[in-house]
Amino acid sequence: MVATPEFLDDVQAMTLEAFADTIVPGNKRSSSDRAIAGVCEEPGAVESGALELLADPATGVAEALVPLSGLLNERATEYAERTGLTLDEEVPAFVALDYDHRAALILELTARSNPERDGWVLLAQFSNIAYDSAAHRSTAEALADGHPGLIQMGFAKPDEDGLWRFSDYSYGRVLAKRHPSTTESGSPA
Amino acid sequence: MTATEKTDVLIVGSGFGGAITAYHLAAGGAKVTVLERGPWLTGKDFDHDYLLGSSYTKVFDFVAGDGMSVLGGNCVGGGSVVYFAALPRAPGYVFERQGSIGRRMWPAAINRESLDPWYDRVSEAMPVTQQDWHDVTYAGGLWAAACDHSGHTANPVPVGVDAEKCTNCNWMMAGCRFDAKKSLLMNYLPGALEHGAEIRPLHEVQKLTRTDDGGYVVHYNQIDDVDYRVSTGSGEIEAKIVILAAGAGATPPILQRSEEALGEMPHAVGRYFSGNGERLNNAIMNEEAVGEVLGLQRPNGKAYEANQIGKGPVVACWDYVDAALPEYERFSMEQLYFPPGLGTILAQTPDAKGGPTWFGKEKKEILKKWKSWLTIFLMTEDDNEGVFGPPPPTGNSFRISQQMLARGPLAYDPTPNTLRGWAMADAKAKEIIEKDGLAKVMPWTNDVVGAYTVHPLASCRIGDDPATSACDDTHELRGHPGIFVTDGSSVPCGLTVNPALTIAALTERAIPGIVAKARERGVDVTYGASLPKPIFTSVANPAA
Repeated sequence: MVATPEFLDDVQAMTLEAFADTIVPGNKRSSSDRAIAGVCEEPGAVESGALELLADPATGVAEALVPLSGLLNERATEYAERTGLTLDEEVPAFVALDYDHRAALILELTARSNPERDGWVLLAQFSNIAYDSAAHRSTAEALADGHPGLIQMGFAKPDEDGLWRFSDYSYGRVLAKRHPSTTESGSPA
Repeated sequence: MTATEKTDVLIVGSGFGGAITAYHLAAGGAKVTVLERGPWLTGKDFDHDYLLGSSYTKVFDFVAGDGMSVLGGNCVGGGSVVYFAALPRAPGYVFERQGSIGRRMWPAAINRESLDPWYDRVSEAMPVTQQDWHDVTYAGGLWAAACDHSGHTANPVPVGVDAEKCTNCNWMMAGCRFDAKKSLLMNYLPGALEHGAEIRPLHEVQKLTRTDDGGYVVHYNQIDDVDYRVSTGSGEIEAKIVILAAGAGATPPILQRSEEALGEMPHAVGRYFSGNGERLNNAIMNEEAVGEVLGLQRPNGKAYEANQIGKGPVVACWDYVDAALPEYERFSMEQLYFPPGLGTILAQTPDAKGGPTWFGKEKKEILKKWKSWLTIFLMTEDDNEGVFGPPPPTGNSFRISQQMLARGPLAYDPTPNTLRGWAMADAKAKEIIEKDGLAKVMPWTNDVVGAYTVHPLASCRIGDDPATSACDDTHELRGHPGIFVTDGSSVPCGLTVNPALTIAALTERAIPGIVAKARERGVDVTYGASLPKPIFTSVANPAA
């Protein structure tokens, strides 16, 4: 189970989880899970530790999480009004959107034409990074603990000393003709 | 009152442009001081780890601009510590390029023939080696086989990698743990140290001012070793000669910030930036087709599934590196590895069905096939359309994260020439890699962080025309005698191949002229040192 950063309240955490889940979607953690849309069968960014990574002071976005979560719900409310959707008021506005609407809104927010896109791009980048490289954790440890993203991508495990080496690396045969103008130095002419 | 520190030659940056000048000037007898904004890591400091704060985030910077993001070195050794060590020479036609200015962009004194002796020197010093097919990794072999299947040639590229020591771990962007990669920490920099040069890490130069006797004062901030956003002090050093080699993404802001004290800068400072026409394509290989169509099989029975294995780019198709083709239609197609984190967010799914391409549920499906990815790196001819806006208060960017991620002032709006070159190269790569169902391929999106370059060039370029070049053919900054620019920013245009060896060869070529100018300015220095002796363990900070 991934911990929720202490400085986020439930609304803020759910909202940011729903954002991260739109970047790399996962399966619901329980039948009552509203943040995760549940469009995939295996864990995604949230269970890979997206909130933990975002809250890491090293990212430089931790202090922006509270305002960004509020702004995301404002944008979701506007989006719903614009598109004629009625939102479930039991959950934050962005969480009330289904996956396709969440994705459509994130495309708008990250569009080159949106002057406030930087914050959303950073949220998206770190959500993805939580899944594909677990930058909040030592890579070898994350793999040993079964980090969902690294495992699903098929990231190889290191040697016992925590370093990667691949002794099987080459087909070991000629696979193409060299360019006829290759110079003696091995460079193009 | 403390007297201002003095040196003969102050070098800003310790990548190719800085390390080579540091070596020759120190070997020739000058007092040389190198200020490097990044840390000094070596050997066991180079982690196999994506954890924030590991060498992976310490040693390079990712600066997002408006329409172009730049990945550059940020450590002692600069780009050579983070590079993939592909070291080809630039093809002859590159030196004849006219770009959008309607005449040759390079100085008349430089062409491939005149640069070859300097390429030879650097190739011996690094050293550069030619790979044979047994050194070629699965990813490179797969690209070669696909090219061959489409009737194309493919070359193992010349590299700075010791094949005996290389473990094919593919962590080389975080620095080489095994000292197999030939960085400047194994040749020019230890040579410079041996001759008394001083290298100070975590010293970020901000601006230059002038002394009364025509020399320069270099103003720097000291940078915290964990949080690069934090300055821990500042200082000044007087020098008779200044070499700017901070990188094509960092040299222009230093000069822009210096304009107030030094006077007007040449028009080309911070203009004509080239991203080397770079473009990435991401293929998702069909493992069954790779086995059946190309006849490839690994000892474990898999056809490929080897994206993670290797040592960066090892094979390139140079069929469109062809002088007979018109400008903007020439490009190389090189197999590459990009690690997760930076290398997956921009990859697009070919199966988006109208939804988002770079995130979302369809994107996740290709992430799960990551082992079967093959990255094709296209180096095309762009139009030098990058322009730097006003410099940020310090450094070359507003740092967002403690390390690596930042926002910079570079704006890049690709011209129709550049867009057409990208489209032609994309189409050719697609034709090769999708033939007979081998793969599905998509270019990286430019919608998230703009275009993307790992080889920033030309932002203070050399040339013969004062209106379109910042430096003359000796690399001296026009109108500011005693300031030289020797990094990638001095290269006039995109090269259609990896540029490290060309930056290095141009620097070697510039040294005799810099030595002569140094002597005129009262520095007791001679030219003629032999090449540095290569060492086999990357050099550590003697002060550590």
